[in-house]
Amino acid sequence: MKKKVLTVDDSRTIRNMLLVTLNNAGFETIQAEDGIEGLEVLEGCNPDVIVTDINMPRLDGFGFIEGVRRNEKYRAVPILVLTTESDAEKKNRARQAGATGWIVKPFDPAKLIDAIERVTA
Amino acid sequence: MDMNEIKEIFFQECEEQLAELESGLLKLNDGDRDPETVNAVFRAVHSIKGGAGAFGLEELVAFAHVFETTLDCVRSNKLEPNQDVLKVMLKSADVLADLVTCSRDGGSVEESRTRGLVKELEALANGEAPPAAEAPKAAKPAAAPVVQPTDDSGFQPIPFTFDSFGDDEAVEDQFTYEVTFKPTRELYSKGNEAALLLRDLSRLGEMSIACDMDQLPALESMDPEASYFGWKISITTPKSEDEVRAVFEFAEWDCELDVKSAETAEGEELPMIPVPFDLSALDDEPAEAVQPQAETAAKASVPEATSSVAKAVNAAVEKKESAATAAAAAAQNNAAAASSVGQTIRVDLDRVDRLINLVGELVINQAMLSQSVIENDNNGVSSINMGLEELQQLTREIQDSVMAIRAQPVKPVFQRMSRIVREVADMVGKQIRLVTEGENTEVDKTVIDKIAEPLTHMIRNAVDHGIESPEKREAAGKDPEGTIKLSAKHRSGRILIELIDDGGGINRERVKQKAIDNDLISPDANLSDEEIDNLIFAPGFSTADKISDISGRGVGMDVVKRSIQALGGRISISSRPGLGSTFTMSLPLTLAVLDGMVVTVAGQTLVVPLTAIVETLQPEASAIHSFGANQRLISIRNSFCPLVDVGRILNFRANQANPVDGVALLVESEGGGQRALMVDAIQGQRQVVIKSLEANYTHVPGIAAATILGDGRVALILDVDAVVGASRGQSLKPEMSLAATG
Repeated sequence: MKKKVLTVDDSRTIRNMLLVTLNNAGFETIQAEDGIEGLEVLEGCNPDVIVTDINMPRLDGFGFIEGVRRNEKYRAVPILVLTTESDAEKKNRARQAGATGWIVKPFDPAKLIDAIERVTA
Repeated sequence: MDMNEIKEIFFQECEEQLAELESGLLKLNDGDRDPETVNAVFRAVHSIKGGAGAFGLEELVAFAHVFETTLDCVRSNKLEPNQDVLKVMLKSADVLADLVTCSRDGGSVEESRTRGLVKELEALANGEAPPAAEAPKAAKPAAAPVVQPTDDSGFQPIPFTFDSFGDDEAVEDQFTYEVTFKPTRELYSKGNEAALLLRDLSRLGEMSIACDMDQLPALESMDPEASYFGWKISITTPKSEDEVRAVFEFAEWDCELDVKSAETAEGEELPMIPVPFDLSALDDEPAEAVQPQAETAAKASVPEATSSVAKAVNAAVEKKESAATAAAAAAQNNAAAASSVGQTIRVDLDRVDRLINLVGELVINQAMLSQSVIENDNNGVSSINMGLEELQQLTREIQDSVMAIRAQPVKPVFQRMSRIVREVADMVGKQIRLVTEGENTEVDKTVIDKIAEPLTHMIRNAVDHGIESPEKREAAGKDPEGTIKLSAKHRSGRILIELIDDGGGINRERVKQKAIDNDLISPDANLSDEEIDNLIFAPGFSTADKISDISGRGVGMDVVKRSIQALGGRISISSRPGLGSTFTMSLPLTLAVLDGMVVTVAGQTLVVPLTAIVETLQPEASAIHSFGANQRLISIRNSFCPLVDVGRILNFRANQANPVDGVALLVESEGGGQRALMVDAIQGQRQVVIKSLEANYTHVPGIAAATILGDGRVALILDVDAVVGASRGQSLKPEMSLAATG
């Protein structure tokens, strides 16, 4: 059974990279463009893991993570934050919002897959 | 999709982000303090940096990083975005744009420019921010362009790869660590899982593990979401202590973790039951991790479960599997509906162009069909006729809709202009603000592509010649900062672009003198102010005493005028000394179709663009007055207007025709003056599809383009301004002849 990954990122470039990387690694990939869409898509897709950006219009990554964690059904889904933020404060906020782990950009396919492997069985 | 395609997407996205960045900065410059504007600006740079990092575009990443750091200061209100700050930021946006271009097309940005701005940006970030927190951060990228994230708290994410766990590592030194690991409930609530962390740990080497279940309460008082277990692990591995700790990277805030070398830990070892850790329990497991902790705990509380963690994990897996299948079924349905968000699609421009060409052919074909039906069906009431009318209407609607697809706001072009204003103003030491209006006015993409160049030239001119130096302005009692206003609006089926500066206006004395010096006019010519102003469009005219680097790039306003005319547009100037000049350009909304009046001249069928025609009239003999040897005037409502015989100008005939036999088309030329164009007869009005004469034949003076009429014949579209110009000129230019076309 393929693992399902929900990715939330407003950058078309990163979305495409995620898609290619995840598909190549044998994941099923569902994509959303911002936090609001992410929460909408989440309802139907039942992901094994979520990968989300922080800086996004409409609803940022923090808000999105909080939204997922408030959702009875999906609150235990591992969430990886995709971030260029080297800022400890932001990482802390993401963690407080309920992030499981993070992947520091620049985007590196191997790092992404490793991090997903780490938080999923 | 491969990496190259994604890279292409990245560059497209960069363009969008750069536009977003610039418009955001300009908004801030105008005093907008909406946090969302700052966020959008930050996000734009952030996104570019993110993508650039993925493609290893280090120069771009390094600069974006410094820029982003400074923007972050603005975002967190540590730095007030005043005019000085924004000036640096706008320049940085330009450099960022250049870096993007270089990354895409090769080449390099002047290092001194980049370095200078990096310094300025860092100074901004340092100046206003608490030095302790900000200083080291801003300074870092300059030294190490590749952003290797570390943060001030000392936390350093370590890239985790399995590649390094090769077999040949057996020869390395082995260390033994005693690891104590006790998760808190938060660890589970954030989606981490103790079993997975232990699995990862086990991959580092040989380990034995013991579960500490002392805190496990009786079943009835158990909280399913609490954390009751702790583990003691003894692991032998070639890895360093830091690498062992790195396994718990994601969890380190949410657990008690202790890692000690075996030597130091030996004395305080507690009695525990060593349990072989069975990794296979975790393999092939579906990952729906729905409350794994609760299940682990529940199972473990049953007496026989005291034996091993692995068993507990196994049980959890079973439960999860059934829960997952149930959830999956319900989930499937919503998935499709949820992901169908988005109001736009991207279409390859070639496809749209092809569609537009096809619709053009359709219009011609429909016209031909109508024509032949009319010729063969004289009673005109048949159902075919009715159907044809509907077809005509539909064709027209299809054409409008298709043209709308290619319509684009002028915004990107206007945005480019603000950069040019900045750069040129900087170069000549002037302070200039560009105000844009009506950027969302839409016009066909082909027009947009072609107005950028003449507009650029005009903007350069306005900055270089139009606006005075700050000292001069102050002396004249003006704001030392000059303003250039660029506006666009739709007017009667055309787009009107105005470029207004509040500079010194045209120096008519100098312009006239220059024109005399350059033999453009005779010294005793008596010209109106308007005519003098329009001299700047004359070929070979340049008012700048010394040709500057900026506007004197070998092109004068005559080239600007010609390129606008080639688009079927007009340009005019009005100027008030001391107050500034206004350039007005009127352009067709599309280069594909044209509303025209079909006329006959000396047996030829010509099309006159409807937009040029003010009115048509039948001249009476009493209204015609001879003037000089072969000039004639027509009096219209008590004013005189030069009469121009189109047939004569185009050399269709040797002698001027009698005006009384023809029709006069009163046209307004871009110079503001009116002319009456004499044609033999008017056939009608219709929309015609423009076919370039240059592309299919060659440029013919006096002719703008060609079209195919309903009867299949080719008709030439008159270039009204050129014809008027030729009539106004001292003589007909030799090339002003249609002899070449036969």
